[in-house]
Amino acid sequence: MAKKELIHVKINGKDREAPAEPRLLLVHFIREQLGLTGTHVGCDTSNCGACTVILNGRSVKSCTVFAVQADGGEIMTVEGLPSNGALHPLQEGFKEEHGLQCGFCTPGMLMSSYALLKKNPKPSEEEIRWGISGNLCRCTGYQNIVKAVQYASKKMAQGGK
Amino acid sequence: MIPPAFEYLRPKTVPEAVAMLQQHGDDAKILSGGQSLIPMMKLRLARPSHLIDITRVNGLSYIKEEDGFLKIGGLTREAELEASDLIRKKYPLLLDTATVIADPQVRNMATVGGNLAHGDPANDHPATMMALRAQVVATGAKGERVIPIDDFFVTLFTTALQHDEILTEIRVPVPPPKSSGAYFKLERKVGDFATAATAVQLTLDDKGAVQQIGIGLTNAGPTPIRAKAAEDALRGKKPDAALISQASQLAMDSADPSADLRGPAEYKKGLIKELTKRALTRALERASK
Repeated sequence: MAKKELIHVKINGKDREAPAEPRLLLVHFIREQLGLTGTHVGCDTSNCGACTVILNGRSVKSCTVFAVQADGGEIMTVEGLPSNGALHPLQEGFKEEHGLQCGFCTPGMLMSSYALLKKNPKPSEEEIRWGISGNLCRCTGYQNIVKAVQYASKKMAQGGK
Repeated sequence: MIPPAFEYLRPKTVPEAVAMLQQHGDDAKILSGGQSLIPMMKLRLARPSHLIDITRVNGLSYIKEEDGFLKIGGLTREAELEASDLIRKKYPLLLDTATVIADPQVRNMATVGGNLAHGDPANDHPATMMALRAQVVATGAKGERVIPIDDFFVTLFTTALQHDEILTEIRVPVPPPKSSGAYFKLERKVGDFATAATAVQLTLDDKGAVQQIGIGLTNAGPTPIRAKAAEDALRGKKPDAALISQASQLAMDSADPSADLRGPAEYKKGLIKELTKRALTRALERASK
């Protein structure tokens, strides 16, 4: 077995470090070593996007990144979305527009949508659909997820965070 | 799925990475975006003893025109290609391709160099680079050598890269005026490999006849395929519907797809004919503008 290395990341604004074998995937590092279980393991084959996190400003599928690759980097997970106890406009949008049923895909949907709105604050419906095209939802049929992102886009344009 | 154990190495320079490849032999692999390699390791289809992570090597990520070439650094991410103004303005074939590779998250990690060096005929850039008549720069212990794209893909998952060489740059000749291209891909869903796809790059002369033409086919055989007979049929001629149809038939004849979950071989051949027709038509429209 390869020896463990100490991995240092800044996650949701906090400096954290924990040992990891090189083969440890980022999603397991986040969930099991750092105890942040908001990020889900879905298909584990880089198809479904449930494990999406923001790594150094870009959305990535954390089941297809080794924790060692993130060493020294900045990560944002779904736990980093709310501020001062208030839901992020995206979270509020998913709640108001019924953007979830079982909720399993939601953390990944939120992070992909977050990355999309950072890059393109006023996306068209088509751009939203392409923006979340790396995320699968088996409940909603996507209509309400698209509405939720539109809700957040509007709210953020009005000065919401 | 947990990949098999490996030793992780993180060189800071290309020579250091090359030395690591030489030291650790055939079982060492280069890790760039990892979006093909990591899934293969999870499935135990790849079991490298050492992973040499070159993503911290500086100076291998760029998109620039220089000395008559578009130069793309080996570590350039697909998402960077997609976002580049230069690519958006002058290289529609590359833009078409970059936007249909896998999905947004995968494109944020995946590199153009990795897409080629992986040697998978189901990947999208091989056909694109064939159509663009690209060259691949390989860096090894003795320095750089330039490999024409036609000589790069040897067989399934095997390229002309030597074991101790790293793909450091892709060079695409800067297209003359009245050039354009297009990529047409059918995929079952976003993120799947192409059922089939066609890449076309062409240049028209003043009279509207085809001066230069490159046609590449994705997932149409054990290696990416250059549809030479179709190119020959078009070169020097002013394409009309009949000629486009004839060239598409010739492209189909040069394909050798195998049946899989995405469909039987005959279906894929028919698909290649149609996709070639559409790619040619769009490239011609764009070049005529």
